[in-house]
Amino acid sequence: MRRARVAYGGAIHEAIEWGNQLKLADGRVVKEEEIMWLTPIEPRTVFALGLNYADHAAELSFDAPSDPLVFLKGPNTLIGHQAYTRRPANVTYMHYECELAVIIGETARNVQKEDAYKYVKGYSVANDYAIRDYLENYYRPNLRVKNRDTCTPLGPWLVDVKDIADPMYLRLTTHVNSELVQEGTTADMIFDIPSIIEYLSSFMTLSENDVILTGTPKGSVNTVVGDVVVTEIEGIGRLVNTIIGDEAFTNR
Amino acid sequence: MSRASFKVLGEPGLIKAEVNTHMNTVVMEDNELIPHEIQFDNPITGTVYGTMLNFKGELERLGDDVNNEPYFSPPIAPVLYIKPMNTFNCYGGSIPMPVGISKLEMGASLGIVIGKQAVYVDESTALSYVAGYTIVNDVRIPHDNLFRPAIHFQARDGFCPIGPWIIDRHVVDNPDNISIRIYINDKLQQENSTSNLVRSVSRLLADVTEFMTLNPGDLLLVGVPEDAPQAKVGDKIRIEIDGIGSLENVIVDESESKWRKPI
Repeated sequence: MRRARVAYGGAIHEAIEWGNQLKLADGRVVKEEEIMWLTPIEPRTVFALGLNYADHAAELSFDAPSDPLVFLKGPNTLIGHQAYTRRPANVTYMHYECELAVIIGETARNVQKEDAYKYVKGYSVANDYAIRDYLENYYRPNLRVKNRDTCTPLGPWLVDVKDIADPMYLRLTTHVNSELVQEGTTADMIFDIPSIIEYLSSFMTLSENDVILTGTPKGSVNTVVGDVVVTEIEGIGRLVNTIIGDEAFTNR
Repeated sequence: MSRASFKVLGEPGLIKAEVNTHMNTVVMEDNELIPHEIQFDNPITGTVYGTMLNFKGELERLGDDVNNEPYFSPPIAPVLYIKPMNTFNCYGGSIPMPVGISKLEMGASLGIVIGKQAVYVDESTALSYVAGYTIVNDVRIPHDNLFRPAIHFQARDGFCPIGPWIIDRHVVDNPDNISIRIYINDKLQQENSTSNLVRSVSRLLADVTEFMTLNPGDLLLVGVPEDAPQAKVGDKIRIEIDGIGSLENVIVDESESKWRKPI
């Protein structure tokens, strides 16, 4: 089952996919055009992996890390499906990153790889935008690159863990204005989902609705104002986002 | 007497009361309660952002290293990190010493509690977005290399005691001139002042909210002074910040800590 959180009729609702419409928890069936997509869960701690695909690491001129390279994100950066991401006027290189998002379902501490999926609630699609102009070598990738307002679309759906037979064999693609610009498979992750859960839970407690963004394959291309960026993962969902400029932000 | 808000374990919401920041007591009606008579809970519900290298002495320690590999230039924007929810701890709570580690750094920081949504705020009005100030022990496993995010060193369970309360912003004359002291087992181990910040409280709020919104209940740490003292299992840690109060915690072996259990 694919589940969503949406705004409709002045309130926030849980909803499920219902043909090409959505069915709210209160039974109303609504069209996609009538609702506003929110992130499919309210995330607690959001982890993201850097350099977790060997081809992307090579693209950025880095060797693959020996331990997972993990950074954290705040709630300010998250937005839902069909929303808008700000590109500041003066930047030269802003790129999307299509990533499989893993949503934790239960408190997890010292979990072994073979048990890891028992702690997973489901999956979603994330677009982990980066603005490389702001890269600095202190706690890199720094928050100014990776934790900007509106720069992490997540959604549209939460897909139940049991609906995905093998999350480590899913095709990922990104299209910008309908042109294919990024293509890969989750099979190419350096640290797979069980390894990441084992690693993180070896030194900290994971909780329900923690989210792990598992990294992106190669294919980073600059995006500009007006671009429609579609990150898609086979069986999980198709996440649409539009880049907007500073004209929309009247206090900038 | 200072106006403060605090949270009591098991009670919903924040309680407002007068506190004596010097004696670390809460004045309720005719009673003056010491901390051990109140089970303080962490008063913060939002996101906690830490700031690195915001004390001049910290940057001086790095010296010319900032121009060498792996940094290649001094920091331009604030160096930030997140203390996630599993790190949250309260007044009197025990800080777990991880297996295989013998010393932890005690990071004394003034915490800025956000009172209203702050987006791209101007330095001149930044303080009007502040609800108040609290005390944070930004605990970390000692590490020198700042090139990569240090989740493994900073985001351990219980590594962010906060409290005992939030002192109302209006009570604090100048957040950029406050003394901070750390006592370990009642012995003074460190003393510094927010007068040594690279970015003042207002400047930091302006530079951070230029790219990320801070929401009511979020907490921004001004940073930890250089030469953070180290502590071991059994040590009692007290951080005093003038006009705010004092935060006490003890370090225990991880195996004896309830932080290993589901929270």
